[in-house]
Amino acid sequence: MAISTRPAPPRSGAITVTGEGGPRRRSSVLRWNWIGGSFGWLWLVVVMLPIYWIVITSFKTRANYYAQNPLAPPTSPTLENYRQVIEADFTRYFANSLIVTAGATLPAVLISFMAAYAIVRGSAGSRFLRTVNGVFLMGLAIPLQAVVIPIYLIIIRLQMYDTLLAIILPSIAFAIPLSVLVLANFIRDVPKELFESMRLDGATEWGTLWRLAFPLTRPALVTVTIYQGLGVWNGFILPLILTQDPAQRTLPLGLWSFQGQYGVNVPAVLASVVLTTLPILICYAVGRRQLLSGLTAGFGK
Amino acid sequence: MTALAPPPIRVAKSSNPTGGRSKPVVWMVLPALLMFTAFGLVPLLGVLGLSFTQWDGIGAINPAGLDSWKAVLSEPGLLHSLWVTFLVMALSWVFQTPLSLLIGVFLASHKRYRGFLAVLYFIPLLLSSAAIAITFSALLNPNFGLGAGLGVELLNQDWLGQGNLALGVLVFVVSWQFIPFHSLIYQGGVRQIPTSMYEAAQIDGAGKVRTFFSITLPQLKYTIITSSTLMVVGSLTFFDLIFVLTAGGPGDATRVLALEMYQTGFKANLMGPASVIAVILVLVGLGLALLLRRLGGGAATDSQLEGA
Repeated sequence: MAISTRPAPPRSGAITVTGEGGPRRRSSVLRWNWIGGSFGWLWLVVVMLPIYWIVITSFKTRANYYAQNPLAPPTSPTLENYRQVIEADFTRYFANSLIVTAGATLPAVLISFMAAYAIVRGSAGSRFLRTVNGVFLMGLAIPLQAVVIPIYLIIIRLQMYDTLLAIILPSIAFAIPLSVLVLANFIRDVPKELFESMRLDGATEWGTLWRLAFPLTRPALVTVTIYQGLGVWNGFILPLILTQDPAQRTLPLGLWSFQGQYGVNVPAVLASVVLTTLPILICYAVGRRQLLSGLTAGFGK
Repeated sequence: MTALAPPPIRVAKSSNPTGGRSKPVVWMVLPALLMFTAFGLVPLLGVLGLSFTQWDGIGAINPAGLDSWKAVLSEPGLLHSLWVTFLVMALSWVFQTPLSLLIGVFLASHKRYRGFLAVLYFIPLLLSSAAIAITFSALLNPNFGLGAGLGVELLNQDWLGQGNLALGVLVFVVSWQFIPFHSLIYQGGVRQIPTSMYEAAQIDGAGKVRTFFSITLPQLKYTIITSSTLMVVGSLTFFDLIFVLTAGGPGDATRVLALEMYQTGFKANLMGPASVIAVILVLVGLGLALLLRRLGGGAATDSQLEGA
């Protein structure tokens, strides 16, 4: 990783450049790529316009919203919409989402990490582990929607319908294949000599897992956790099918039912969208920084 | 030098009668395997099993042989939802790929704006499909939406009330959500292309368009396959977005396979036929994944590993 920040190597070695090595030369060739450029900026407008509209509208009063140009900022900003959303039990949905996301993501990443470690360290000598790896790879191709009916059946039979655990357990299962794949790739990058020296020092595999592999793959662990956490936080079909009680709703489901109830009140609906997205934006901002420090701590030495 | 030392030790270890070094790690795979088996593999087999039964979602499950299969395969609903699924898949691929490619190439060459654009481009990926669907259905509402508010006749359509328009809106919303992601994939791909190739092209006097089609595009082959696989397989999972945006409507204009399954199983309480549709969904997904893999010549995984 550190190598990529070096200036472009001499031309004779240019073929081996893969990372951010030598974009300077290329940029002179592609600088006047005006078609791509105009599409790039145009699409930025397309992406940002609805987001701008959500934010400004969520601060407008209803009367203001209907009377005004929809793209103008609010003349008399109000927090009334947010108050209304919070009063509609969104704190409860928020707590539920938090429990489900933490309860699914952390165990999923930890057991995936253990599995990835076992697969990398043991595959050479164990047919069983190679088979398991193949099963996980195949798991990547199973769409969650296609198996919700048996999941629903299992959850009813386990007497877990209408509980948060019902959402958590399948979420863990479906986070495993991709997490194992990514984490195994990163554990493979840990130099073999480090494992050997751990072994010569008398460390067990369990100790090596936590004291060597865990710190060295921390950036990957953070990335996988953020990715899987985002998926669970935004998950819709499992809560839709496995819960019924409003007290067990997670945020996306809460959003949907709030829209069904207050659909005409556009500013309030958009305030609910902002409120449910805000935690993700904050996590992304924090996680990105941690990601960078993780990268420098892990590979800078 | 140090790299040469470990292999002999490892050979000695694996021939060790105490079982080598694989034994102590095998158990570590068990928690993940157990969870994935219980809520991934068992349901996968279960859906096939349930497709040969009759069940209303509450009462007893009775074997029903091929009844559900016959019922589903003879119904026009299945063909229609298959057609809509492929239409959404094809249209969103056709719309997203050229745009993502262009934007990706642009992002790769303009270092100055790259960070800035990448941060903003990421935002749609953070929003839940439910939030996106709610936003666009409010934005496109013929009475309270953007078109009505701005008073522009062209924008003031009943976007989600007419079959073809609703399908177009769906493709647009999908693109809104995912073009930034695919642009970032292409950006990564372009940055892997050796600079020397562009220099050679420049020396040979190739223009920008020629360079794009003769170097950039062929070099991006595996990136295109990766991105297309994600788009195509991902398009089978648009359940949340469609469910909240149109609920499959108007009529059944946007009722894709996953929605057809939900309506059959959880609305009409016909879990047997719904399981048949789910099995078809799995087969379509696997078939597409294998097809795209074959197109890649099987080398796609190698190049991905190199990149990691």
